[in-house]
Amino acid sequence: MPRIIPLDHMRKLKETVIERGLQASALVTIAVTVGIILVLSFEAILFFREVSIIDFFTDTQWTPLYTDKNFGIITLLSGTLLTSFIAIIFAVPIGLSISIYISEYAPRSFRKTIKPALELLAAVPTVVYGFFALTVVTPFLQTFIPGLAGFNSLSAGLVMGIMIIPFVSSLSEDALHAVPNSLREAAYGMGSTKLQNAFRVLVPAASSGIVVSIILAISRAIGETMIVAIAAGQQPRLTFDPTVPVETITAFIVQVSLGDVQHGTLEYRTIFAAGITLFIFTFLLNTISYKIRKKFREKYE
Amino acid sequence: MKEKKDTIDKSLKRKHKIQTKGVKVFYDDFMAIKGIDMNIRANKITAFIGPSGCGKSTFLRLFNRMNDYIEGFRMEGEILIDGENINKKKINVEQLRKQVGMVFQKPNPFPKSIYENVAYGLKIQGIKDKSFLKDKVEDSLKQVGLWNEVKDDINKSALALSGGQQQRLCIARTLAVEPSIILMDEPTSALDPISTAKIEELIYELKEKYTIVIVTHNMQQAGRISDYTAFFYMGDLIEYDKSKKLFTNPEKQQTENYITGRFG
Amino acid sequence: MNNIRKNRVKDQAFKYWGIACTFLGLVLLSVFIGSIIVDGVQRIDWDFITSLPSRKAERAGIFTALMGSIWILIFTTIIALPIGIAAAIYLEEYAKKSKLASLLEVNISNLAGVPSIIYGLLGLEVFVRILQMGASVIAGSFTLALLILPIVIVSTRESIKAVPKSIRDASFALGASKWQTVSQQLLPASFGGILTGIILALSRAVGETAPLIVIGALAYVPFAPASPMDEFSVLPIQIFNWISRPQHGFETNAAAAIIILLLITFVMNGIAVYFRNRWQSKLK
Repeated sequence: MPRIIPLDHMRKLKETVIERGLQASALVTIAVTVGIILVLSFEAILFFREVSIIDFFTDTQWTPLYTDKNFGIITLLSGTLLTSFIAIIFAVPIGLSISIYISEYAPRSFRKTIKPALELLAAVPTVVYGFFALTVVTPFLQTFIPGLAGFNSLSAGLVMGIMIIPFVSSLSEDALHAVPNSLREAAYGMGSTKLQNAFRVLVPAASSGIVVSIILAISRAIGETMIVAIAAGQQPRLTFDPTVPVETITAFIVQVSLGDVQHGTLEYRTIFAAGITLFIFTFLLNTISYKIRKKFREKYE
Repeated sequence: MKEKKDTIDKSLKRKHKIQTKGVKVFYDDFMAIKGIDMNIRANKITAFIGPSGCGKSTFLRLFNRMNDYIEGFRMEGEILIDGENINKKKINVEQLRKQVGMVFQKPNPFPKSIYENVAYGLKIQGIKDKSFLKDKVEDSLKQVGLWNEVKDDINKSALALSGGQQQRLCIARTLAVEPSIILMDEPTSALDPISTAKIEELIYELKEKYTIVIVTHNMQQAGRISDYTAFFYMGDLIEYDKSKKLFTNPEKQQTENYITGRFG
Repeated sequence: MNNIRKNRVKDQAFKYWGIACTFLGLVLLSVFIGSIIVDGVQRIDWDFITSLPSRKAERAGIFTALMGSIWILIFTTIIALPIGIAAAIYLEEYAKKSKLASLLEVNISNLAGVPSIIYGLLGLEVFVRILQMGASVIAGSFTLALLILPIVIVSTRESIKAVPKSIRDASFALGASKWQTVSQQLLPASFGGILTGIILALSRAVGETAPLIVIGALAYVPFAPASPMDEFSVLPIQIFNWISRPQHGFETNAAAAIIILLLITFVMNGIAVYFRNRWQSKLK
């Protein structure tokens, strides 16, 4: 009879080597984050040696590519916030309505087919959406908004809204779906309609999941590049008028990258200063949503 | 073969195939097993009975260290198999599990062919000899009485078999690696009565070659097939005796209450 | 009584509103695709696909961009696949509940939300400049590989998690080591799901524009890349370039190229959904 032989060292070694290899692959993701932070801050620090950080936040003009240089990031930020705001205002009510309809009204089989179809909206490359905004939506809006410029934040924002609908609807629907059935039945037992039930019981119960979906949609809108680069224009302007051309942080980075920018110049560093601003914004939003999601998951487990 | 090699000393060990000494199990702060000393005899069928949550499955899974993966699991005391402490640092867990096979509550064949299921345990030991594997697969399937039913479908998916056939396949898979002990965790609880009867018959035949420890909810089953029965309650071993004795004339009141159906 | 009826009406009204919202995006998308097909489909012929770029709209083709996209796709897969799957295996099977594991988890969830253009800045500084790869296929592939890494990891983890625990138990109980269990049971059983996630991640990569513009990929490249160190263009950049030109002929070109790009994206998504359905029904 074979005895329980002691440790097989070769085999143990092989297992350890494999585990270390797998671990190293996982650590690549940490390296990416560290890399992003180092690269952005390194170039941004060089940038702020030449440009006062106070001007960066208080100046109301952004003209780094002209001879008379101004570096007021607020100008780009206003473009980013304006287009994102339009997108969110458009996508959140629609996305939420979709999620309530699918989880409470629609038959089960419908849910299975419509979800992948909606996710197709997020799969379309953004450059294609940009083309859509520029060549279809803007001319269409111009027929009843006479003053609308060829490049404007309105159509860029609306099209971005279409793109992020599935972000809102899919995650919110998951959250509604996770609400225990007992809660639904209790409310129906008291004679409420589906609509009353949805808004008075289910939406509050699923609120953290819905908030997460909205935060992620905002983060996505802020970081979106091609739609705004194509359809919103490339004219930095501190404005909240949706009918005129603006420039977002992302569109500025694209604009500079399309030119031939030498490493080590102030222009080169400008895109990193703009980039770190964008990164901080999305990082905060993502962290908040992660925290909420984690709490939410614990609640239901 | 085995008989010839036995010395007096070994036969003593063989009599007590598994010994536990002061075994306690904790899940974080909760004590699930409260200090059990037990000797399990070789080539006998030992049944563990007791109400749900009494620790009988946890105790069983100590013998092939399947609890190692559970979050917050901690064990005190000693478990000896053939006189060897299986929780020593130097023990090769994989080797231990080859010696101590396990059959689970629900049939859990791999989503592969019948052949691959039975050959898996041998292949992971590095055995590549095709004719050896083929013979071993056939031999194992014959032992569980499945060969005639599946010999033409040996390369078809194991998931196509019926529940009872799947469970016999899982037993064949365990036999293929030639363990000396087989642990069974309620092996028939997911099966219909006819399949259950077949498995029970099989277990009875297997005891000639193997030491079998079986957890069961079904007291009739324990009475029918086991030589010894252990009654567990709230993490304690209450009574452990020959099955005939335990079921007809238990020493302890708690045991009697349980087997007469007054609780559990 | 009156109140109840009012609620009923509201309820019905919301139902139709919900249906309208659900189809709004899809209808707009179909309208748009329809208009693009009208604009661009007559421009698509064999010449359009095999011609080099040109300053004359009617002679320009997408050959270099299409080849660039294919090169990028291949190298992105080669880089992202092993790292992503290995990282997912580590997180799902090895690192359970350690401090490192929760750090990795927060980190990956955060990376998934980093705007793609930021990856472009990372690639520009690290691959193009510090590692001196230039604006090459390989620099672009590394950049996109890092971009899709979180998607690959998350979807691979989900697929591995979907394999029933009883399979792990059975494998361990037969004396298999952890790696044997992973490589011989878990990976084959989750293969369909992993494949789905990877195809979806790649379909995202094939449509990415901004990070490649940032690392310096060009709109005009006279020849298709012949090695991973060559400069390149990709379909979305070609489209972006054509959109930015004033002459009408280029708008038609852009529409035609979009049809090709959408075709690639939708086919990849379709394949992914097919694999997912087949895998899910097999797992049950």
